[in-house]
Amino acid sequence: MFRFLSEVGQYFILLKKVLSKPEKASIYYKQTMSEMVYLGLNSVGIITIISFFMGAVITLQTAYNTENPIYPTYLIGLGTRDSILLEFSSTITALILAGKVGSNIASEIGTMRVTEQIDALEIMGVNSASYLILPKLIATLLFNPFLTIISINVGIIGGWIAGTSTGVITSEDFIYGIQYAFIPYYVTYAIIKTIFFAFIITSVSAYEGYYVQGGSLEVGRASTKAVVYSSILILLFNVVLTQLLLS
Amino acid sequence: MIKVRNINKSFNGNMVLDNISVSFEPGKTNLIIGRSGSGKTVLLKSIVGLLDIDSGEIWYDNVLFNQLDFTGKKEIRKEMGMLFQGSALFDSLTVEQNVRFPLDMFTEKSNEEKIDRVNSCLSRVGIVNANALFPAELSGGMKKRVAIARAISLNPKYLFCDEPNSGLDPLTSIMIDDLIKELTEEYSMTTIVNTHDMNSVMKIGEKIVFISDGVKCWEGSKDEVLDSDCGTLNDFVFANALAKKLRKTDGKKYPAV
Repeated sequence: MFRFLSEVGQYFILLKKVLSKPEKASIYYKQTMSEMVYLGLNSVGIITIISFFMGAVITLQTAYNTENPIYPTYLIGLGTRDSILLEFSSTITALILAGKVGSNIASEIGTMRVTEQIDALEIMGVNSASYLILPKLIATLLFNPFLTIISINVGIIGGWIAGTSTGVITSEDFIYGIQYAFIPYYVTYAIIKTIFFAFIITSVSAYEGYYVQGGSLEVGRASTKAVVYSSILILLFNVVLTQLLLS
Repeated sequence: MIKVRNINKSFNGNMVLDNISVSFEPGKTNLIIGRSGSGKTVLLKSIVGLLDIDSGEIWYDNVLFNQLDFTGKKEIRKEMGMLFQGSALFDSLTVEQNVRFPLDMFTEKSNEEKIDRVNSCLSRVGIVNANALFPAELSGGMKKRVAIARAISLNPKYLFCDEPNSGLDPLTSIMIDDLIKELTEEYSMTTIVNTHDMNSVMKIGEKIVFISDGVKCWEGSKDEVLDSDCGTLNDFVFANALAKKLRKTDGKKYPAV
């Protein structure tokens, strides 16, 4: 318990260092842009592929589990849309990014720690926590909502292709379903969740990497811990945010 | 002048530095020597503030360094350069970007001035036509030289070197030692070098501090190191076969080891 509280305290101390005034805004801007490419743009591919198949499976599952003459088939489109909007695109995307981006951040910063590159920054008078973590944090907070929007769109397209190609729903019914009783707030809800999840993934992974002690083995462990803790916190905050935003 | 007064440092109750007091000569090459695990690196990292000490004082001229906050330390750190044991070059940056990093971070020079300074530092350490290479493409000796170039890019007042010869062949070690010595004189820096290499001690050492098991056992000049009465220092100095031979053939009387 004491260790847990100590780690939580250390996490918030690190956040304070990260969120302090940047030394030179122009350098931080360049770093943020390059992190957007590295952590954001490079994740578009995996998000697209996973979202496509996710949407396809949701449509087929909805269709096969609602086979009843009293249910209109356009409900398959509606079910796909709401499942993707409310849960899958924000939460599942966040869990995938926790694996890809989170382990990347933890291992990059962890390696810098064990090879004394962070010490080299400190000795120059650079706030290493801010220099290394703040651009990643800003990049993911700004870019992950776009990934979620891509995921929503690709997921729905995947559902449409799977539904129409297998014959479980017609194209007209699917398109009618995804437009039926649409609540725009659900998009806002998905983006708010994504922003929270982006903060969790980046800050928790950076924390695990920043305080690594030892060598390559410990960097590997930190990377695993970053993914595990980020995923648990994403699921925990998913419950909290759902209650807060939809109640 | 850098002065250390009664500093103590422990890790999980294990005392690593025990009441160490020492003054380092300004404008000279000061060496901290001792066996592996004797506390040299902990002492050096404590002096530069990378490790917080348990008690004691670390003075840079008239400033009590260990009592300063991050902003206060930052001002003094701008006058520091450090060469790490593993070079600690930034993997994601090229040689040029590594040397340029402090200039980008702390100066308002124009792009041309920065490039001139980078090239001047790199040529001073003997690195040519390597600006676009990444650290992974460099040899161990080249990495050390680029790290030295980065350390001197802001004309530091203090240079700290942690085991500058580790992992290098004898000839490259001599080259790095010469470079440290020459730059110390050229920039009038106060240089502190951690080493267990006796060749370095005899070649560049002006003031020598010997540490054993976290305790300062001896301090003196290069000439005095061979005539010391300190048994643990003699164990260290005459550990290798060549030194033992020297001890036998030299006319001087050395204490029993």
